Amino acid sequence: MVQILNGLQFGVLLFLIAAGLTLVFGVMDFINLAHGVQYMLGAYLGVAFYALTGSFLAALVLALAATLTFGLLLEFVVFRHLYDRDHLDHVIATFGIILFLNHGVKLVWGAAPLSLPMPELFSGSVKLTEGLLYPVWRLVVIASGLAIATMLYVLVAHTRTGMLVRAGATNAAMVSALGVNIRRLFTIVFGFGAMLAGFAGIMIAPILSVEPGMGDTVLILAFVVIVIGGIGSIRGAFLAALLIGIVDTLGRSFSVDILRLAMGPSAARTVGPAIASMLIYLLMAVVLYVRPTGLFPAKGR
Amino acid sequence: MPASLAASPVRPRGGLLAATLPAGIFLVLTLLPVVTSVTGSTYLISLGSRVMIFAIAAVALDLLVGYAALISFGHAAFIGLGAYAVGILSAYGFTDALVSLPVALAVSAAYAFLTGLVCLRTKGVYFIMITLAFGQMAFFTASSLAPFGGDDGLTIAARNTLAGFPVLRNERAFYYIVFFCLLSTYLFCRALVASRFGRVVRGAKENPVRVSTLGFDVYRFQLATYVIAGALAGLSGFLLANAAEFVSPAYMSWQRSGELIVMVLLGGLASLDGAVIGTAAYLLTEEWLSAFTENWKVIFGPVLVLIVLFARGGLLGLTSALARRFMRA
Repeated sequence: MVQILNGLQFGVLLFLIAAGLTLVFGVMDFINLAHGVQYMLGAYLGVAFYALTGSFLAALVLALAATLTFGLLLEFVVFRHLYDRDHLDHVIATFGIILFLNHGVKLVWGAAPLSLPMPELFSGSVKLTEGLLYPVWRLVVIASGLAIATMLYVLVAHTRTGMLVRAGATNAAMVSALGVNIRRLFTIVFGFGAMLAGFAGIMIAPILSVEPGMGDTVLILAFVVIVIGGIGSIRGAFLAALLIGIVDTLGRSFSVDILRLAMGPSAARTVGPAIASMLIYLLMAVVLYVRPTGLFPAKGR
Repeated sequence: MPASLAASPVRPRGGLLAATLPAGIFLVLTLLPVVTSVTGSTYLISLGSRVMIFAIAAVALDLLVGYAALISFGHAAFIGLGAYAVGILSAYGFTDALVSLPVALAVSAAYAFLTGLVCLRTKGVYFIMITLAFGQMAFFTASSLAPFGGDDGLTIAARNTLAGFPVLRNERAFYYIVFFCLLSTYLFCRALVASRFGRVVRGAKENPVRVSTLGFDVYRFQLATYVIAGALAGLSGFLLANAAEFVSPAYMSWQRSGELIVMVLLGGLASLDGAVIGTAAYLLTEEWLSAFTENWKVIFGPVLVLIVLFARGGLLGLTSALARRFMRA
């Protein structure tokens, strides 16, 4: 039960990151490896602004504004010039940005992990059932993630901008030909995606330690999520994120116990973690083998 | 497809000139130990070995990225597999290269075959991501191999022997063995690219539909290329493990895969010379910049972005563009 909640919380976190990534991917056909460092930056800025203001809420708002600005700046300075290039160029340029930011963060804040204290209001635990406590903050993370998912759904499915985003994901050239300023749409989507990643970074900062490179592992998981979900599809990203979150968390907590049924305890303790960390990649391989464009492809190719 | 790095390979210039560049590269590499024997330091020799080891992997990657337009983001996994083959075998007492080299090659080729079966069903972005995912799979598997060091890696007691002789333990002999491996890899890939096989693969890069209409099963050709590239990276891993006398999951990290792509791109895509030059440029820059600051990548990252923005075609493309401008002036 606790593990399912943990998995849900992890899934929601992945969704926050994957949502921005899948939109940028889907609408602009742009591979943004630097999305993970935007998440990291969000966490770091959260810590920095908390140290300045002493209030979590103020830190959250300031850090969100800062990640949004930074995302727009990156788009304006670098990425804008790369949309017409092919994927290899995207990979290399954003890889360069990862190197820069990962090490830049180390220069500014040091290599040691930092932590962000939880807001006091939510720092306690809640009793789920008899003898089962669960930290409130994790529930807050789940709730805020679900709220954002709902908001995104409304935004994408029921507003004019959302309609353009969906249309852009299907056929950007056609949307542009119909007189929409697709560049501006790109900028908006990009900034928004960066902000979502930053938000995820701040929300998770009280649970995980804030350190250089924290974005890299999450980035790859987010890629697994959007590839399974189908690139450009918010719905796919949401379902895949929850699936990955739960599968990964359950795999990690139960693989040893399950394997112990089949083999000796020491062998199980060795093989278990290996299988657990391979599980989601195997899942992805199976999904792609059966459906090479993911579960809910946005483009009707 | 828009014009870009991938679509504008550096054409080998014709005739005699085309042969001078690789001849120059390999001449420099041959002479390096002679030069250093004057100064008497082994530092340059081991640096040279390191460059050549990665150059093998980069040349193999160029086969995929440059000639077949298969952007593999998990190439480091094959290096790691080759390295782990050496590490694990020597932990069990198999310390001869005649055992560990074939095993290293076979393991990485097998992994390339199995993952390639799945990866090559996908196209474009999905291919990049799935190769990345399989790379990560290998990385995490190695990290959780507790009996073989897990995260901390595995120290190898001594370098492999070759048919019982400890030749790999002499820095200079080891250098020339690596040199021989690089030269063979280079010539093999050169021949492969020029062969009928290579023409099918290159044709499939330009237009897969047309090539399959001609009656070629593109999937099988790409799979074969993928397996060859994987096995060559395994060779690089075998040498790397012997050079460092240590293997660790870091060999397979996705950053390493990214760096390999950077090396290939830095020199210039779809020109095997470019892969060698790019590797040397990358590793020497690393060596040079890291003397100033531990966080040299802060400088290197933006440089990379600038290269992508302004210097399409890598170092080779840049020099030939400069040469053209110079000729005109």
